[in-house]
Amino acid sequence: MSHEHEYVSNTSRIWKVFGILSMVTIVEVILGILKPDSLHLSHFLGLSLLNWIFYGLTIYKAYYIVYAFMHMEGEKSALRYAVVLPVIFLILYLLFILLTEGNYIYGVFKDSTIKWNF
Amino acid sequence: MGSTVTTGNSEEKTWGGGNEPMGASYGKLMMWFFIVSDALTFSGFLAAYGFSRFKFIETWPLADEVFTHFPFMHGVSAPMYYVALMTFILIFSSVTMVLAVDAGHQMKKDKVIIYMFLTIVGGGIFVGSQAWEWKNFIKGEYGAIETKGGSLLQFVDKEGNRVALADFAATLQEERVQHTRSNGSWFVGEDALPTYSIAEVQAGFEAHPDLLIRTEVIYEATPETKVDAKINHDLSKFKHKTVLTREESVVRLAQAAYVVEGANLVRNEYGSKLFADFFFFITGFHGFHVFSGVIINIIIFFNVLLGTYEKRGSYEMVEKVGLYWHFVDLVWVFVFTVFYLV
Repeated sequence: MSHEHEYVSNTSRIWKVFGILSMVTIVEVILGILKPDSLHLSHFLGLSLLNWIFYGLTIYKAYYIVYAFMHMEGEKSALRYAVVLPVIFLILYLLFILLTEGNYIYGVFKDSTIKWNF
Repeated sequence: MGSTVTTGNSEEKTWGGGNEPMGASYGKLMMWFFIVSDALTFSGFLAAYGFSRFKFIETWPLADEVFTHFPFMHGVSAPMYYVALMTFILIFSSVTMVLAVDAGHQMKKDKVIIYMFLTIVGGGIFVGSQAWEWKNFIKGEYGAIETKGGSLLQFVDKEGNRVALADFAATLQEERVQHTRSNGSWFVGEDALPTYSIAEVQAGFEAHPDLLIRTEVIYEATPETKVDAKINHDLSKFKHKTVLTREESVVRLAQAAYVVEGANLVRNEYGSKLFADFFFFITGFHGFHVFSGVIINIIIFFNVLLGTYEKRGSYEMVEKVGLYWHFVDLVWVFVFTVFYLV
């Protein structure tokens, strides 16, 4: 059986994904240089809207790299979920803990007389 | 061949062994799980960066003031252009890699050779660019002063533009000899001496009444800061670094403890000490991945040239290194966002 025999060459899709990734990068760079005030100065759930857009576009790019370039879309769902789900869960968990803690320590330093730069 | 590329049976022998519940060969599966663990390592680093950044959210350096260099454009502030170019190079080398994998599936040796070669070239350019980026980061551009309390002071003119130490520091007749290990009673040396001494910077600052000091603190237009008489409210902009009045600048500069030029693991002229540490560690770890990826690609490239996979009847090895190479690209996408955009 071996999935190699089912493999379909799809260079047009590769170039299409390259186009998407390039466009997203260009948009990111333009936004990063202009930093429009309406997005940069606004706040939403602890970050500016601009930063949320950056993270959203990054995950969009990551999806295409993993699913198209690493050919995850052609793998069995068992492999897909064995790889993707633990990573997503553990990263969200880690980020939640560390960012909450970082924000808390910021508050401790801000409201007390401790000055300790490390 | 069976030992290098395992193929499962498709017959209805669920408990007979040789099954592949995930439909991938052993080598490919292990590459995927290596990538999972490596992805978690990188997320640990990036999450630690986020932790420190949230901890020092008011004083963290602004990326578009740090990475402003472009080759052959001296003195031009070009934030992000170069790193965007690096990103393109890496994405493009990912494209050639996936094209090589694609050609391998069709057993087209010549095409695999060409695309693998392009991938290696792209990886080499990327590593070189990163080295250049590091060089600029380590060398620094303006220089700064660190105070006794550990905060960093930078210099601006009356328009708020950055001023380098070299542009105003006075030249004093003083001699300061580098203290070396061989002279120390406990064989302890010191860091390389900065170009200017603290006294020279302070004297130069006295002589230029237009100069002001910019602190690390990011300006927020809160009611308290708005009435703060120590802040120059014309030059301090929301979400930019706070500029002090001349009187307060003189007071702050009197507390100088170090002249900081460029960056090392202890202190850097951009701001928070941890910023440079994380920059070196995370981009360095990523650069090391790119470097080892290039080496592995070269090995596989020669195997393709020698016809190893042609004889084996399968180019799966190209696919496996391809997975690793795309992973390196994937990590860069996140490093790019976290260090340069956000």
